[in-house]
Amino acid sequence: MTEETDLTRRHFLTVATATAGVVGVAFAAAPFVASFRPSARARALGAPIEVDVSKISEGSMLKVEWRGQPVWVLHRTQAMLDTLEEIEPRLRDPESNQSDQPDYARNRHRSERPEYLVVIGSCTHLGCAPIERFEIGPADLGRDWKGGFFCPCHGSSFDLAGRVFSGVPAPTNLVIPPHTFTDDRTLLIGSDTGAA
Amino acid sequence: MSTSQSEVRKMGAGSRFNQWINDRFPLQKLMREHATEYYASKNLNFWYGFGVLSMFVLVIMIVSGIFLTMNYKPSADEAFASVEYIMRDVEWGWLIRYIHSTGASAFFVVVYLHMFRALMYGSYKKPRELVWIIGMLIYLALMAEAFFGYMLPWGQMSYWGAQVIISLFGTLPVIGDPLVEWIRGDFYISDITLNRFFALHVIAMPLVLIFLVAAHIMALHEVGSNNPDGIEIKENKDASGKPVDGVAFHPYHTSKDLVYIIIFLILFSAVVFFAPTFYGFFLETANFEPANPLVTPEAIHPVWYFTTFYAILRAVPDQLGGVILMGAAVFALFLLPWLDRCRVKSVRYRGWQFKVALALFVVSFVLLGWLGLMPASGIYLTLTRIFTIIYFAFFIFMPIYTAMEKPKPVPDRVVYEHG
Amino acid sequence: MVNRVLPLFAALLLGAPALSLAASGDFPLQSANNDVRNAASLQRGAKYFVNYCLGCHSAQYVRYNRVARDLGISEDLLVENLMFTTDTVHDTMTIAMPGGDAEGWFGTLPPDLSLIARSRSADYLYTFLKAFYLDEDAVLGTNNKVLSNTSMPHVLWELQGIQRPVYREERNGDEITRVFDGFETVREGALSEEEYSRMVRDIVNFLDYIGEPVQVERVAIGIRVIAFLLVFLLIAWLLKREIWKDVK
Repeated sequence: MTEETDLTRRHFLTVATATAGVVGVAFAAAPFVASFRPSARARALGAPIEVDVSKISEGSMLKVEWRGQPVWVLHRTQAMLDTLEEIEPRLRDPESNQSDQPDYARNRHRSERPEYLVVIGSCTHLGCAPIERFEIGPADLGRDWKGGFFCPCHGSSFDLAGRVFSGVPAPTNLVIPPHTFTDDRTLLIGSDTGAA
Repeated sequence: MSTSQSEVRKMGAGSRFNQWINDRFPLQKLMREHATEYYASKNLNFWYGFGVLSMFVLVIMIVSGIFLTMNYKPSADEAFASVEYIMRDVEWGWLIRYIHSTGASAFFVVVYLHMFRALMYGSYKKPRELVWIIGMLIYLALMAEAFFGYMLPWGQMSYWGAQVIISLFGTLPVIGDPLVEWIRGDFYISDITLNRFFALHVIAMPLVLIFLVAAHIMALHEVGSNNPDGIEIKENKDASGKPVDGVAFHPYHTSKDLVYIIIFLILFSAVVFFAPTFYGFFLETANFEPANPLVTPEAIHPVWYFTTFYAILRAVPDQLGGVILMGAAVFALFLLPWLDRCRVKSVRYRGWQFKVALALFVVSFVLLGWLGLMPASGIYLTLTRIFTIIYFAFFIFMPIYTAMEKPKPVPDRVVYEHG
Repeated sequence: MVNRVLPLFAALLLGAPALSLAASGDFPLQSANNDVRNAASLQRGAKYFVNYCLGCHSAQYVRYNRVARDLGISEDLLVENLMFTTDTVHDTMTIAMPGGDAEGWFGTLPPDLSLIARSRSADYLYTFLKAFYLDEDAVLGTNNKVLSNTSMPHVLWELQGIQRPVYREERNGDEITRVFDGFETVREGALSEEEYSRMVRDIVNFLDYIGEPVQVERVAIGIRVIAFLLVFLLIAWLLKREIWKDVK
């Protein structure tokens, strides 16, 4: 060979080309990865929904669908709210420290307004739909049942603020979605800023 | 290859892993046979880049195609809207779709140039006849793949283009009508047709293509790549058994192919980002209207890559005759290895007869492609007929004019200037 | 479906078998000279579009909030000024008019306009909107030079005014043919000719934008992609040259 092979230069160029190639592939892959995110249509369908709460009488519950999940809006009576404190020793996470909710719902009644509980009706154990059991002391749930939600799949139970009882399979309280009231009768589920 | 226990212990973790793999899978053997010890002539010019580019486009098409199927709906009611959904609502969907639509045309560009290279340098000749035949089969599969795919957006051109091409089968005597019904699965091109074309486009034809491409490369690596001088480099080996005019595919040809790929990507990106419809050639204007079985667009013609054969079809006043001639225009290419009687491969050393014939053939191929987009009447029809005759004359008289050639002497070594 | 419905219908009315004759034909198209980067023009166009077009024509693939984002309109302004047929900003530009009514009124379904600029071109739309003329023989009382016997009424007539074609006679041997020689105004509109042209240009600009909302961003991304590839090309070429030094 007449000229010396410049191995340093060759090594440098190989690394530079490989680096540029990896960067290029990463940039090219990004749009494909991003295309998996919810599309504009999915976001439109998953947009916040409005609920007219004036139609929910005290002590009754409305079920609506938001982002493919059941959302329950329970209009609690004062008697219902009164049960929340006395039941706390029997709860796993009464302060909602380990549970999923917006900050304004991290309180005893777990909601923005005490009388309205807005909760995702899906058990935190394995996603079954719990059943509302508002009667007090029914035969199957025992004399000290103060009303709440009971999941038939694996027997998890929750109080009237969606807080999980100790000693049941569900690990955390029911999930509270972002919600806010745009006026006294209109509840917006899916947004806590008021913007639709 | 197995290594003794004591040898294995001396190796580092990386080599031990390689050893573990190679004891179970011929990774190193494959790398040697197809890359580090596959020798191709050192004087391959840019024309030899189009093979690698064809593979590269195939990968682009498969990747972008997979992502399109995630949002596309193969139904007559939803197909058109789902394409617009991809274009507008899916994040980056427009880019994925433009990559796929531009890729379809790019595929034919690189494949046509790849085929022209084979004609120029005699790559279809002995011992590469099977490489050529398999390549032609890839071309046929690619035409089918493109045809099925073009229907999927369910625009006016999708619909009526498919209508015209499917009708071609109806010209066959006796079996024509039942055959057309069988292809459509209905009495007109409908949801049923779209659904099956989708299946053929996204799974059947891609599998065929991948299989054929693998066969193409295996056959090529068995006989070795041709070169611009048409010299068999395997006939001149050094003491270690390496062809003296060959250099290893990796790193020599791979480093060169990477440059070709980047140049291709620059041109490809220019189309995708600056002219995705390519002035109505890649995405046709009429295809921005949903398919309507009751209204024919003003001018129906296939996409540009089919127009040469479409022009030949229209050159004949008889329906069946046109279809037969069109089929013959494609089929004739299969016969090249046996029609060409000249022993010299490369155009560099061939007689004037072949040079003139090849030039006329290329001119008529390109002009027929343009004429296929024009109305089939008046001067256009006359020109179409003239160039159709030249197109076929290239093949029909090939055994005669190639036998008459007085080729120049072919050198023993390939021509290569260090640069 | 959409854009071919009109010529089909026109052709059926005429009893003409050749559909191609019903479309634009030989009327020379004027250049729209619109600029999809001009946000002010697009905003005006959007306003005209919802006020004058969206009553009958949908743009079913176009989302309100996307338009607001791309045109730099706040969501409040969007709700106040552009949204009349729906109340959520995520919706697409659909119309309230039931299809059956439209068929009854116009004899055909007004085409969706999402892609009209891509299937027809901005110049076509620009010329079309300026080529309505008074025609006593037509069902609607007006006709159009670009799309003969269109079933679309001249929605903007109060703005443009009413015009009538003028023909001059050309003698070719014994044959005398009437050649279109421009329009003359029969009744003044609320806008001057320049104002009307600008309005039409704004509408066409908006239609051009909704045909491919990403078109401006697409070019900007393309420049960066190609810049990167050029750098990559330089590095890869240097490597190739370095490696090929081995080959004698």
